[in-house]
Amino acid sequence: MPTITEDATTIRVPEPVQPLDGFGPPPRTPDEDGGGEDPRPGWRPAFPVSRGRLVLWLVLTVVVMLFAGFSSAYIILRGAPAWQNVALPASLWANTFVLLASSVTMEWTRRRTVEGDTASAKKWMAATGALGAAFLGGQILAWSELAGAGVYLASTLHSSFLYILTGMHGLHLAGGIAALAYVAAGLFRNRYSAAGHEPVTLCATYWHFMDGLWVYLFLLLTLA
Amino acid sequence: MTTHDEHAHPELGFWRKYIFSTDHKIIGIQYIITAMAMAVVGGVLSMLMRLQLGWPGTLWPRLEEIFPVGFAGGAMAPEFYLSLVTMHGTIMVFFLFTAVLTGGFGNYLIPLQIGARDMAFPLLNALSYWTFLLSCITILGALFAAGGAPLGGWTAYAPLSALPEMGPGQGDGMTLWILAIALFTASGLMGGLNYVTTLLTMRTKGMSMMRLPLTQWALFITAILGTLAFPVLLAAGILLTFDRIGGTSFFVPAGLFTAAGAAVEHSGGHPLLWQHLFWFFGHPEVYIVLLPAMGIASDILSTFARKPIFSYKMMVYSMSAIAFLSFIVWGHHMFLSGMNPFLGSLFTLTTLLIAIPSAVKTFNWLGTILGARIQFTVPMLFALGFVSTFISGGLSGIFLGTSASDIAMHDTYFVVGHFHLVMAVAPLFAAFAGVYFWFPKMFGRMMNMTAGKVHFWISFVGVNCVFFSMHAAGVIGHLRRIYDPTQYAFLEPVYGMNQFISISAFVLGAAQILFLVNFFASIWLGPKAGVNPWNATTLEWTVPSPPGHGNFGPELPVVERWAFDYSMPGAKEDFVMQTEAPTRVESS
Repeated sequence: MPTITEDATTIRVPEPVQPLDGFGPPPRTPDEDGGGEDPRPGWRPAFPVSRGRLVLWLVLTVVVMLFAGFSSAYIILRGAPAWQNVALPASLWANTFVLLASSVTMEWTRRRTVEGDTASAKKWMAATGALGAAFLGGQILAWSELAGAGVYLASTLHSSFLYILTGMHGLHLAGGIAALAYVAAGLFRNRYSAAGHEPVTLCATYWHFMDGLWVYLFLLLTLA
Repeated sequence: MTTHDEHAHPELGFWRKYIFSTDHKIIGIQYIITAMAMAVVGGVLSMLMRLQLGWPGTLWPRLEEIFPVGFAGGAMAPEFYLSLVTMHGTIMVFFLFTAVLTGGFGNYLIPLQIGARDMAFPLLNALSYWTFLLSCITILGALFAAGGAPLGGWTAYAPLSALPEMGPGQGDGMTLWILAIALFTASGLMGGLNYVTTLLTMRTKGMSMMRLPLTQWALFITAILGTLAFPVLLAAGILLTFDRIGGTSFFVPAGLFTAAGAAVEHSGGHPLLWQHLFWFFGHPEVYIVLLPAMGIASDILSTFARKPIFSYKMMVYSMSAIAFLSFIVWGHHMFLSGMNPFLGSLFTLTTLLIAIPSAVKTFNWLGTILGARIQFTVPMLFALGFVSTFISGGLSGIFLGTSASDIAMHDTYFVVGHFHLVMAVAPLFAAFAGVYFWFPKMFGRMMNMTAGKVHFWISFVGVNCVFFSMHAAGVIGHLRRIYDPTQYAFLEPVYGMNQFISISAFVLGAAQILFLVNFFASIWLGPKAGVNPWNATTLEWTVPSPPGHGNFGPELPVVERWAFDYSMPGAKEDFVMQTEAPTRVESS
C-alpha cells in the first residue's frame, strides 16, 4: 500500500492525459464521501443518515412491500363475484382509538427524552406500552367477537383478509412492543439523554408507522 | 489516530474461525460452497430429465434401485419427471444463482472492495447464512417427503399448489417447498439490509459512490431489488399457506375437482392472483440473479482488456433503469392467461424497453474490449462467454416479450432455451469468471488454468449445443413440461434432436466435475498466489491473499481514483491501484 504523504494531498499535479479513445476516467471528484467505518479527523461520513435510522427505514420498506402484496391481493379479489362483506366488530373502532392515543403518548415520550426530561418520558413510555398491549388485547377481543357471530377465517374472502391482515399487523405491533420494552429498559436505567437518544427516536418512528399502517388497513377493510 | 490495538482481531479456534464465523469472507465462502453443493443436486436432477427426454420409455433397472418410486418398474414415472422439473428450477434459481452471486460474492467482496473491515452487522450476516443453510436442508427434504417433491414447477402455480390433495407431491413436498422459500426469503432480506447499509455507510475515505467498482454498484442495486421484491413473495406464500391449511380460498376457484375426482370445498378465489403476485416478485428475481453477474463481468472484462470500462456512468444508469423496469414487466409471463390484449400491449412495451439499457450495457462491454490487447485468461474467457450467452439468450427474449409472437412460442422449448441461456448460463458463466478471478484472494492459491480452459471450452460449446437447439425444438412445437415427446406424432423431427441435446448435456455436466475437482484440489495444491496476481486495481488486491481478519492493516486504505485506471499514459505500469495518489503516477 503506498504511503500517503502530506505532499500527495497538497501538491496539485496536472490531470493525466486522457487515453486516446477519449473515454478515460470521470473527472477527479473531491473527497465527497467515504470514511464511514471509523471517522477520524478530516473524514466526512459516507452517508448523512445514521446506520440505525437507515436500517429502520429499510425494515419499514420491507413491511410496506409485504402489506402492498396483501393489499393488491385484497383489491383484486374484491372484484371477485364470490366476495361477501362481513360486519366488522365494533371493538375495532375502540382499538383504533387506543392505538392513536398510544402514538400520541409515544410522541410525548420522544419529545420529553429529547428535552432531557427523562422523568416524565418514563411515565409516557409506560403509558405507551400499556396502550399498545391494550390494542393487542382489543384485537383478540375483536376476533372472538367475530367468531361469536359465526364469522371464521374461511367463511368468506373478506373474513379471511380480516383475520390475516389484523393478525399480520398484530405480529408487527408485538415486535414494536418488544422494541419498546428494550428501549424502556434503557430509559429506566437513565441511559438516554438530550444528547443521546437515538433508540427512543427509532422506536417512535416504528410505532407511528405501525399506527399509520393500522389506519390504512382499517380503512381498506371498512371502505373497500 | 487509530492505533493497531483498537483493531486487533484475536486469533480464533477452528470452529469459530471457519464454521460459526461472523467474518464476511468466511460467510461468503460458506455461501459459495453450499451453493456449489446445491448445484450438484440441481444438475443431477437435470441429467435425469435429459435421460427421460432423450430416451423416453426406456427401462433403467439400475436407477430403479436408487429411486424405487420414481423409477417403479424401471421406467421413469411422469410424476417423478414433473418433480424433477420443479426441484431443478427451484434449486438452481434460488439456491444456486441467488445464493452464489449475492450471498457468495456479495459477502466476500463488499467490505473488501469498499475498504471496510466487515459488514455493518456481522452477526446478522452469519444468521443470514445459517438461515440459508436451513432453507437448503428444507428444500432437499422435499425430495424425500411422502408423495415426493412438488410437481407444479418453480413458479408453484395455484390451484395446483394451493391444495394438498392436488397431486402426490403437493402435500408434504409442497409444504416443505413453501417453508424453504420463506426461510430463503428471510435470509435474503437479512443479507439485503446488510449490503445496503454497508455500502452506504462504510465506504472508506475517498470511495465515493461513483468510484465504486461496478460489481459493488450491481450488488447495491440487487440488494434494493431484493428488499422490494422478496416481501411480495412472502405475502403470496402466507396467503398460499392459509389456503392449504386454513381452509381459505384466495387462489382456489369454485367448481374444482382433485386428481382423484373429488369436488373441492373451496370457492371464490382467483388462481391468476398467484401468478400476478409471483411474477411481481419473479421478474425482479431474474435481475437479482443477472445484475451481479453483469457487474462481475464488467469488472473482469475491463481488467483483462487492460482498458477502462467503456462509459462507467452509463453502466450505472443502465443497471438502475433495468432494476426499475423489472418491476413493471411481470405481465409478459402471463400473456396467455386471458389478459386483456390492451394490457398485453402495455406489458410488451415495458418489456421491450428493457432492451434499451440491456443494449447500452452490451455495447459498452463491446466498447471495452474493442481494440484491446485482451489477456485471454480463464476469468476473461468466462466473462466473454457471459456476454455471448447474454446476447444470444437476450435476443430470443424479444420474441417472447412481444405478446403477438409469444402466443405461438409460449410454453414451448423456445422459452426453455431462452431463459436458460440468458438467466442460467449467463449468470453461471459470470459466477465461474468470479470464482476463477477471486479464488487466489479467497484461498491464497491459483486454480489450474489449463483445466480451467478445458472447462470453459467444453462448457461454452456444450451450452450452445444444448440451449440453442432447444430454441429450434420450440419452434417445431416441443412442449415445455412434456414428459414423453413420443406421445405426439408431430414431434417426430425432434426425437433425434432430443438425443443430441441429452448427450451434449451429459458432456456439459461432466465438464463441471472437472471444475469441482479443480476448485477443491487447488485449495490445498494450487500454486501460491501473490497479493495481486491479475494486476487489477481494486482494494482487495492491496491486501495479502487470503486477507486476515479485519481485512486491512492498522490503517484503512484511502481511495484516490476510480477502479478502471488501466493503460494510463505516463504510468509506470498498465494499471494504477485505486489507492495511488496522483503524484505517484507522475513520478515514474
